[in-house]
Amino acid sequence: MREIHYNTIVEAVERLCMESNYFLGDDVLQSVQKALEHEESPTGREILQEILENARIAREDEMPLCQDCGYTVVFADIGQDVHIVGGDFNEAIAEGTRRGYIKGYLRKSVVAHPYSSRINTKDNTPPVIHVRIAPGDKLRLTVAPKGGGSENMSALGMLKPADGREGVIKFVVETVRKAGANPCPPIIVGVGIGGTAEQAMLLAKRSLLREVGQPSENPEDAALEADILTRVNKLGIGPQGLGGRTTALAVHVLSQPCHIASLPVAVNIQCHSARHKEIVL
Amino acid sequence: MKIHTPLTDDVVASLRAGQKVLISGTIYVARDAAHKRIVEAMGAGAPLPLELQGQIIYYMGPAPAKPGQPIGSAGPTTSYRMDPYTPRLLAAGLKGMIGKGNRSQAVKDAIRQYRAVYFASTGGAGALIAKSVKKAEVIAYEDLGAEALWKLEVEDFPATVINDIYGGDAYEDGVRQYAIPD
Repeated sequence: MREIHYNTIVEAVERLCMESNYFLGDDVLQSVQKALEHEESPTGREILQEILENARIAREDEMPLCQDCGYTVVFADIGQDVHIVGGDFNEAIAEGTRRGYIKGYLRKSVVAHPYSSRINTKDNTPPVIHVRIAPGDKLRLTVAPKGGGSENMSALGMLKPADGREGVIKFVVETVRKAGANPCPPIIVGVGIGGTAEQAMLLAKRSLLREVGQPSENPEDAALEADILTRVNKLGIGPQGLGGRTTALAVHVLSQPCHIASLPVAVNIQCHSARHKEIVL
Repeated sequence: MKIHTPLTDDVVASLRAGQKVLISGTIYVARDAAHKRIVEAMGAGAPLPLELQGQIIYYMGPAPAKPGQPIGSAGPTTSYRMDPYTPRLLAAGLKGMIGKGNRSQAVKDAIRQYRAVYFASTGGAGALIAKSVKKAEVIAYEDLGAEALWKLEVEDFPATVINDIYGGDAYEDGVRQYAIPD
């Protein structure tokens, strides 16, 4: 049994909140750079350049890439041989979030009650935490702040098995078409297929943690990703919705078994400010 | 084209969907919760904490300023959430809005009726956009935190005209130009 202290988790989450908001991943930067080479729209190219320039400023000045520093989503894979000591695990994640958002000059974007008073909690807590128990004695923490604009464009479709692969493609493409300029294209389209309703959405979210544009390890899913990407980029929405070839930088699919009656498809759209940072303790 | 606030009818009439502008002068900042309060105040006949005549409202909630900076990251938020409040504000003299994303038909109709303009700035470029903000102060609703009402002084703030008084829509134009039929 390996012990990991509460304070270690607090400090890790604090740092990951700041780093994820300041430093855009090299995978995203390379993907935008590649899009710039293929984008036909002059306005689209200008916007892609602005995105790269914005990332440079954020990195150099250590200021958030986007004023929407997101709802703090934390993925934790806890080794079954890990014993967390010194305090409550969930509170450690919350305290790390609190410190990261306050010390890091990050915007606090959480309200305490969703449909009535909507009072800002002023420290971006509570975070959303997704825990998995894994083999081994390590703790993997991934902080993925998620902006409201792209999250609001999420959709869940409980399709009929008869809808099949083409039904999945149509549902995803239609979701992106309806989102239009709203989720800050170019986007990354997270798609979760199978499981149950809530599991499909979690798969969609989790797919966004993959390096941008790295195909699925499952060849069938990889082929589906390529087909959806082609269809999405035919929509012509383009950077910021002003027209162009680059509506999406990538489509990421995660799939799993499902019920004989079901074909759940969840879409979780990620804006170009695709922020996530991880640490293994 | 460089434009200054407050916006005159002549300037608004000269703007066309797709046109790029650099905005200088005073602009106000309000998003969801501040809009709700402004419109509630209007309904109650209470005094408003901002001028509307000829003014621009920027849909934004900034990140906190680091010491020595006027503001933190300061890019646009998605505009459609303000659609329920917008026609009321346009009727009261508001001339411009800056945000991102598509507006409802009711807002587009009100933009034509009241001769106003909807601009977009680049979503997710908040660190870059912050460079054009020279001064920033909270003027009301401080308790709303990130959703407080701000007054900014901006210089060459970059934006694109999305909806003009002639019914033009830069998003529709863009998709029309680049969509590839299946």
